[in-house]
This record gives sequence, C-alpha cells and structure tokens, in this order.
Amino acid sequence: MSIEQNQPISERRKFFLTIARATGLAILGGLTWSAYVDEVKATSLILRPPAALDEEDFLATCIKCGLCVEACPFDTLKLARPGDNKPLGTPFFEPRKIPCHMCVDIPCVPICPTDALNIRLVQNTNKELDINRAQMGVAVIDDNSCIAFWGIQCDACYRACPLLGKAITIEYSKNDRTGKHAFLKPIVHPDVCTGCGLCEKACVTEKAAIFVLPRKVALGKVGDYYVRGWDKQDEQRVQNATSETNKTQINKKSAIDSLNSGMEDLLK
Amino acid sequence: MIKKYRFLIARRFTQISLMILYTIANVYGIKILMGNLNSSLVLETIPLSDPYAVSQMLFAGAVLSLDVIIGALIITLFYMIIGGRAFCSWVCPVNIITDFANYLRRKLGFNQIQKKQPASRNIRYWVIALSFIISFFMGVTAFELISPVSMVQRGIIFGLGFGWATIVIIFLFDLFVLKNGWCGHICPLGGFYSLIGRFSLIRVHHNAQKCTACMKCKEICPENQVLHMVTKTSMPVLSGECTNCGRCVEVCEDDALNFSIKNLKKEKENEVR
Repeated sequence: MSIEQNQPISERRKFFLTIARATGLAILGGLTWSAYVDEVKATSLILRPPAALDEEDFLATCIKCGLCVEACPFDTLKLARPGDNKPLGTPFFEPRKIPCHMCVDIPCVPICPTDALNIRLVQNTNKELDINRAQMGVAVIDDNSCIAFWGIQCDACYRACPLLGKAITIEYSKNDRTGKHAFLKPIVHPDVCTGCGLCEKACVTEKAAIFVLPRKVALGKVGDYYVRGWDKQDEQRVQNATSETNKTQINKKSAIDSLNSGMEDLLK
Repeated sequence: MIKKYRFLIARRFTQISLMILYTIANVYGIKILMGNLNSSLVLETIPLSDPYAVSQMLFAGAVLSLDVIIGALIITLFYMIIGGRAFCSWVCPVNIITDFANYLRRKLGFNQIQKKQPASRNIRYWVIALSFIISFFMGVTAFELISPVSMVQRGIIFGLGFGWATIVIIFLFDLFVLKNGWCGHICPLGGFYSLIGRFSLIRVHHNAQKCTACMKCKEICPENQVLHMVTKTSMPVLSGECTNCGRCVEVCEDDALNFSIKNLKKEKENEVR
C-alpha cells in the first residue's frame, strides 16, 4: 500500500503482480492440500464394509453419507471421525469391538447410493445375495500367542466362524511334549474367509491372536511365473501370456580368466 | 419483536430440525431423512446428493451410479430455480457457528479495530478449481477429506470425535482473523452454490425510493458486496453470492428490502412505467 502511495506502479505491472500472487498462493494451497490427502490415502490398515470396491476406487466413489452405517443392525460400521486417523467420513469396522455378523440380506450394500459398495460383488450367478462371497479382509493367526498352538485346548475362533469347517479348519497333530495329547491347531483358508472378524472377537487371549487384516496387506501374489501345471484351471491363467526370451551375452574368456587368476603363487 | 427475527428464527428452525431428522434416523432408526448432507434418502425412496461432492467424484474418476446422478440433479435444480444459495443460510449448520462469531464481532466492536478485510471473496472459486485438480490427480474427492462443513454436520449426526476442534477453528478464524472468513471467503461449497444459484427466482428486492440510507442492511449482511445497489437503484439482488438469509429484510425499518420472485417483480415495474 505504501509503495503505491509513494510511486504509483503501472496498471500492467499491477496486473502481473496480482496474477503471480494468486498463482503462488494456489500452488502453496494445492501442495499443502495434496500432501495431506496423500498422507490420508496411505492408511492401508482399514477394513471396509462387504462388497466395497478396491480401496483406490472406493475412495473416489464413496460419498461419505453414512447410509451403510445406518443400515447396519449391529452397529458394526462406523464413519471415520476426525482423530480416527482414517480417510474422513468413510465407513469402516473394527472386529475386536464389533465384528460383521454377515446378515443374509446384507442391508448395508443395496442402500449405497454411489455403488462404492457394489452389490454385484456379493451376488452369486443367479443374482441372489450371498454374503459368503464378501471379501472384507482375511483372518491371520499369530501362532506364537495362540494357546491352541501351545497345546491348550481352545477352539473359540473355529466355533465362532460363520463358515465353520470351511474358512477355519482344525488340524490335529501329536503333542510331543506330553506324548499323550494332541494339538488342535486352527488353520485359516484365505480363499473362503470373508474377513468378518467373528473369530477375532471370540479369541480368548488378551490381544487377539487371530485378527483380520485387509486382503491387500495380508496376502501375497504369485505372479505369472509359477503355474500349477497339474491344475487345469490354474493353467488357464497363462494361456494368453506372451513369452519373451532374454539372452545375456557372457564372455567365456573372462570367466576362465577369473578362475585362473590369482594362482601365480601356486605355480611357482 | 418477532418480526425483526422472523427469518432468523425460521432458518435456525430448518437448520436444527434437519440435523435432528438426520440424527434420529441414525440413532433411533426413524427413517424420515437418512444419511447426511453429502447424500441422503428421503422416506427411503428419494435420493438427494450434494452436487459439489458428486462433481469431485467425477474428477476423481468414479463411475457415477444412477442414484447419485438423480440426487444431485434434484438438489441442483432446486437451488438453481428456487432457492439460490439458500443452502448456506437455511441448511448448513456451520452457518450457526459463523453467524455467532459475526454477532460477537459486531457486539464487541472487533469490526471497529479491523475495518479492512485483507482477503478476496473470490478465494472460494479458486478453492473449487483446486479441489477439482487435486481430485483428478489424486483420485479422491479432495475437499470431502478436509471439509469442515462435512466434519461438523457428520459429527452432529454420527458422533463428533475431534470434530469439536474444527468448530473451534472456524469460530476463532471468523472472530479474530477474517470477518465472514469461512462462509464468505473460503468455503468452496458456498462458492459452488453461488454459481448454481445465480439465476434463481427468489430474490431480495431493493426499493431505493423508500431507503433512508441507514446502512443497517450492509452492516448485518454476511456478503455485503451483493447489496451494492442500496440507496442507489431499485433492483433485485442479482449476485449468486446472496444467501437469501433475509437478515437485511429484517433489519430494514423502512420497508426498502423485501423478498420477491424475480420475474413477477419485473412485470410490476413495467406496469408502473
């Protein structure tokens, strides 16, 4: 202001300065904002309602209205609040507090106005709702803190599992320590497990020894190099794969030189 | 007395009762109005969606479902044809916070020690543009992740968490940093409704013949640049930035400001001529 009074600057200069200032402020704001958004997006340890799209698509599609939360009869689903350190306003659940009870009519999914919870992901081929197709996460066992692996009889998770005998099975093996008893070890089958978390809720240890993680976090991926050749279905995976052969030129002479070098002392 | 606050009372009534309807749907399962201001379901049939949130979804690359498109269309048409920017003063709960800060500003005299407002009211349009750019590059609804409006209204309905801090921030910002700072300068949602509500029918009309230039309307108006015609010409408030809050109508003791429907008024003026 004082500069303006002392020596007036030209309209042209004023125009450019205003533009430069506005652009600079926009960049400042935009970068700060993006940095925050990027941090929030990086939260990978979050369990979504059944039939949720992949996390990336889910964040673009969820309108944060909370209709799924209201539809949930068990108050399983919560909307992320400031302080929860999760993407604000998006629905999630914490199985150790309240697990998903896998309602057969799945009330949280059809009510979603944006299809961020996509009903097709929990429908079978006859278009009937089938909650067993949900993939909210996958149960993982820490066998160091699971008392069944110690030899103490506990099958709380196995009994709590809504897909009893399919998602969790019990493996028997001999307890060599006592020589008389058996281990009854729970084994999770990730291809069946829906990630409902009833096992995590039921687990008797102080901090659950079986717990649900997002599938992206807990599961590996073989990739295209390894195929079960004995499994007709698995072989379909590579039917359209293109093969590419690489050949690295190796100088044979240098290999031989390498073997023979440093032997001068012995030859003396 | 009540006449002096008739619109204020009506506004607080709609703002609070909407929040109550949303909250009882969540807490007691009384399903009159479900969801929140981002997207709702009226009587379990009619979808309503925030068109600004939906346009961010579009930029983020989401596949829009029919329900949100219909919902956003209903809301857009309503404000475009009828309400103007009425969302801000009749629906949004943040308005209660910022109005309170503004009230304290007037009563305690902060406006006297800080007469010049250093920021442009066009910031909100820049924020809209930025939100679309960030949504596009980051693949998320950028403003919805930081929106204090969402935090407050969602907080009321679903539990506040640290959302109380948001309320305090907005309150202190409006009280000490910038007059009408959030709602009148920064909030892109208000900016979005300003753009949509540009041509709506319900308008405040000014009658310059009756005006005694007391300037009470300009003092109380949260967007007082829209009242540029006061004392000068008889014409409706045409700027989309007017929130149709009606405070100017209430404080006017000369009946120089009144709500009216835009085109009807025009015809009347023609008749007089």
